[in-house]
Amino acid sequence: MPLNIGVLALQGDFQEHRAVLESLGAAVTEVRLPHQLEGLDGLVIPGGESTTIVKLAHRWGFPDALRQFVDEGGAVWGTCAGMIVMASALLETEPEPLSLMDITVSRNSFGRQVDSFETDIPVKGVPGGPVHAVFIRAPSVQDQGEGVECIAQLEDGTPVAVRSGKLMATAFHPELTPDTRIHEMFLRLSAGEPSPV
Amino acid sequence: MATSTNGTATSYIERVREPRWLNSQDAEVGSYAVKSGLAQMLKGGVIMDVVNDEQAKIAEDAGAVAVMALERVPADIRQDGGVARMSDPNMIEAILKAVTIPVMAKSRIGHFVEAQVLQALGVDFCDESEVLTPADHEFHSNKWAFKMPFVCGCTNLGEALRRIGEGASMIRTKGEAGTGDVVEAVTHARTVLGEIKRLQHLPEMELMTAAKNLGAPYDLVLEVARTGKLPVVNFAAGGIATPADAALMMQIGVDGVFVGSGIFKSGNPAQRADAIVQATTHFDNPDIIANVSRDLGEAMVGISSNELPESEQLAKRGW
Repeated sequence: MPLNIGVLALQGDFQEHRAVLESLGAAVTEVRLPHQLEGLDGLVIPGGESTTIVKLAHRWGFPDALRQFVDEGGAVWGTCAGMIVMASALLETEPEPLSLMDITVSRNSFGRQVDSFETDIPVKGVPGGPVHAVFIRAPSVQDQGEGVECIAQLEDGTPVAVRSGKLMATAFHPELTPDTRIHEMFLRLSAGEPSPV
Repeated sequence: MATSTNGTATSYIERVREPRWLNSQDAEVGSYAVKSGLAQMLKGGVIMDVVNDEQAKIAEDAGAVAVMALERVPADIRQDGGVARMSDPNMIEAILKAVTIPVMAKSRIGHFVEAQVLQALGVDFCDESEVLTPADHEFHSNKWAFKMPFVCGCTNLGEALRRIGEGASMIRTKGEAGTGDVVEAVTHARTVLGEIKRLQHLPEMELMTAAKNLGAPYDLVLEVARTGKLPVVNFAAGGIATPADAALMMQIGVDGVFVGSGIFKSGNPAQRADAIVQATTHFDNPDIIANVSRDLGEAMVGISSNELPESEQLAKRGW
């Protein structure tokens, strides 16, 4: 049986995630309404515009549905905007995140688009050398609660990937590179395999 | 190395252009991957024309993925006539300060100094736009020379691939701006998507001649024939005025929509903006589109694009 993975398809680069997940053998569902979460092993919250995704998520009743999904053992991975959606608090006043993971996040932490960048960073739990990470108007983790582990940071120590149980969040976009190792890590998490870390 | 994925401009960009960004071991800023990547983050979204910071806030609150800062929306540019130019930097800066979503602004076709100014202001995306009066009758700006990404208009596949060849990170079909008439947007989107399908079915020996006939770079023609899609994100623009218009363009197969005059020239901008955002997300759900389409008040008045004399058709601008 392939794993059933959803991609939150309210807005953003959900098709890019879908293509990678399908290439790894997952059965992928585009999730636009909460009832589509039923039967999923994991959910990816893609990159996109966080204010748009959060607004649409509130509008269609996702906050409660997603917290229930997590409580029932579903895995969730947010990339960039997805990290902002999952946060418990933001440094900024808006938007109101969905509080799936105990992290405080700063939006557009590195400046405007002209400051967007790409670089190579090691990610804990990902074998085979550093990951090529693309940061686009990216957030960063400012504070993390107990039980949340930083699994990647920039050279200056800024945390850019975190994990806690079956939840993970990356400030960068593995779906924009041909390297599938982080998607594979999320599929292992969704399958309930023990962490290699 | 800058890579992008799943069909974004990898092979052509890597072979032809990417080395210019590879001269340092440091983190790369403004590479093609981060430029085309921002366009990918806008997918499934609505980009709205705004003329001041107040409208920008309304657009952001309604769920726009980006705003286009300009002094006059296309409907007014049509009405006023005269030369339409880049907006006042003060006005653009006020909008940059007012919202946290990406801010786009327009330069005239070929006016690379206006584009340099926009980059200096910190604008997130430049639209080299036929809505403004062209500054060059022959050439478009060299978009490789910027770390700010560009979106450019097109009416067919050849025009799209020429703009990508010049370094555009995103394409939008032109439609006919400022009319509220969706027919040209449909025509241009169907033309581009139809020409892509045709390329996919040509034997390889015919592709060089296809490139010649399209007036498009051969490498990009090969890539499109192989992947069946443009190497960058493709939005629809020009004449989208209702939630159903937006969903129509999404079902035809574009990645998102620009709404120009359609929102702030209508009776109830906040509600219409929200409805168009909902219809773009739920483009394949007619029940939701029906619900958000209720009681929106007056749509923009509109001009049938058939009635426009050729000299007033903005889509003809661009080479």
